Amino acid sequence: MMQQLRVVESNARVYKRTWRGSAVTAFLNPILFLLAMGLGLGSIIDSNPAVDGLGGVRYVSFIASGLLAATAMQTGGVEGSWPVLAGIKWTKTYHAALATPIRVTDLVTGNLLWLAVRVTLSAAAFAIVSAALGVLEPLDVLAALPAAILTGMAFAAPVTAYTPVAKDETRLSGVFRFVILPMFLFSGTFFPIEQLPGLLQPVAYVTPLWHGVELCRWSALGFDTTLNPLVHFGYLALWTSIGWWFAQRNLRKRLQP
Amino acid sequence: MHNQETAETRPGEEPRDGGDLVTARGLTKHFDDFVAVDGIDFTISRGEAFGFLGPNGAGKTSTMRMIASVSPVTSGDLKVLGMDPAAQGPEIRARLGVVPQDDTLDTELTVNENLFIYGRYFGIGGAVLKQRIDELLDFVQLSERRDSKVEPLSGGMKRRLTIARALINEPDVLILDEPTTGLDPQARHVLWDRLYRLKQRGVTLIITTHYMDEAEQLCDRLVVMDQAKIVAEGSPSALIAKYSTREVVELRFAVGQQEHIGNRLDDLAQRIEELPDRILLYTNRGDDAVGAIHERGMNPESIVVRRSTLEDVFLRLTGRRLID
Repeated sequence: MMQQLRVVESNARVYKRTWRGSAVTAFLNPILFLLAMGLGLGSIIDSNPAVDGLGGVRYVSFIASGLLAATAMQTGGVEGSWPVLAGIKWTKTYHAALATPIRVTDLVTGNLLWLAVRVTLSAAAFAIVSAALGVLEPLDVLAALPAAILTGMAFAAPVTAYTPVAKDETRLSGVFRFVILPMFLFSGTFFPIEQLPGLLQPVAYVTPLWHGVELCRWSALGFDTTLNPLVHFGYLALWTSIGWWFAQRNLRKRLQP
Repeated sequence: MHNQETAETRPGEEPRDGGDLVTARGLTKHFDDFVAVDGIDFTISRGEAFGFLGPNGAGKTSTMRMIASVSPVTSGDLKVLGMDPAAQGPEIRARLGVVPQDDTLDTELTVNENLFIYGRYFGIGGAVLKQRIDELLDFVQLSERRDSKVEPLSGGMKRRLTIARALINEPDVLILDEPTTGLDPQARHVLWDRLYRLKQRGVTLIITTHYMDEAEQLCDRLVVMDQAKIVAEGSPSALIAKYSTREVVELRFAVGQQEHIGNRLDDLAQRIEELPDRILLYTNRGDDAVGAIHERGMNPESIVVRRSTLEDVFLRLTGRRLID
């Protein structure tokens, strides 16, 4: 365990120098989204008596609980991609670390532990903003943090696994354009997936984000989940574990051929 | 190291603890179908500066990566510090210092932070680590840049920082992969000076290079690699004695003149090498050859008599073909 913690420590030392930019994003994004989509768009939706299916909560609370999961996903995806590629290819600091007693498994596990910290920080920033704006009750949003963090890891680990085998940076950008963004829009964050065309609904069920959104709404707003909450948790844990395993395999192939 | 003889005639000096630090027997590395290292044997003793010389793609870096225990051995036997890299990689790496070809520094962090983070990977505690960083920055002449970011440092400074970083765990062996590639002459000499001091302190150096002057400056013993195999082994002076002559006469002719000259020189040297721009005569008596050239009424544009260097050995052994 010591070796993994040393990797966490080194990440924390780097972050100590570079946190400012990400901290601004972590607070600004939720403010912008909750104001524009939640309060702006929400005032129209909430005043329409025909709207049903939001479980009796304000639209802004509905999307806030979904955005909490989506924010964690975003952080997990971003932190699992560019910094990993930098370590492999740009600054090559992964090569430096692996010249020491650190092994690939320590590097991967330590990095994912650190990503859990990063996901927690950005989810916490979101929680603070949504509580401050009166969108979610502080205790409710706190209760949803574990689900959000697990959602973030269900992206951080697979993206970390994909990064070493991505042929070039374009492929990595593709992950955000063609995987993360569509999920963000169509996995229940902004509207219940029952609104999707029937053919697309099963696609949404497969996406990890939908499971994360279900769990966040369940823990923050007391919504019923589609499946047993344990199944949702298990599904996210499965993505995390498979990603963790492949991240070690792919990074070893890439860095220690 | 101006006196080349010291390298091979260190009187009665045995490796200090008698231990071989690295032994390889039939060491082989494949990447899919490509054979990068083809069954090589070598032994590196404690305290020596050992060089791997060869053109690009000869297998030097692959060999170094196997020694550094970051690349699995395909077949053959490799022991580093008496241990098996496959089973005891972390234990071996704990006692190695590695200076990679790319500096692999975190350019967003300061000089001090780069050293600190690296030291923590070895589990070195804060107080000890701070003291060591002070000493090492002093040693590589970077104390004044301690809190500078790495990014604006010159190539020579970055390389020195990388060397300081590699010494953070007080390694038994320092592995340097082309340590002065891309540096200007001044920076190279500063670096050689530091490496020479390390050697005098008893640190074993393993160096790859394709610079002959670097190999002659630093290496007690070296192997020449070509096409994945070792083609020669010995001290720089022994290799020169074996594969070259004492002196070399370099003749340069006016453009278009050289073609008519070649066979008129045959009897003047043990071996003649015709390059596109000049002719090299390998002989033990350079001045005699020059006299004979004048007697025969040939008028080269320039004549240089020089001692043989490792470069002559290298070119003889690995050929003059262009390797990209």
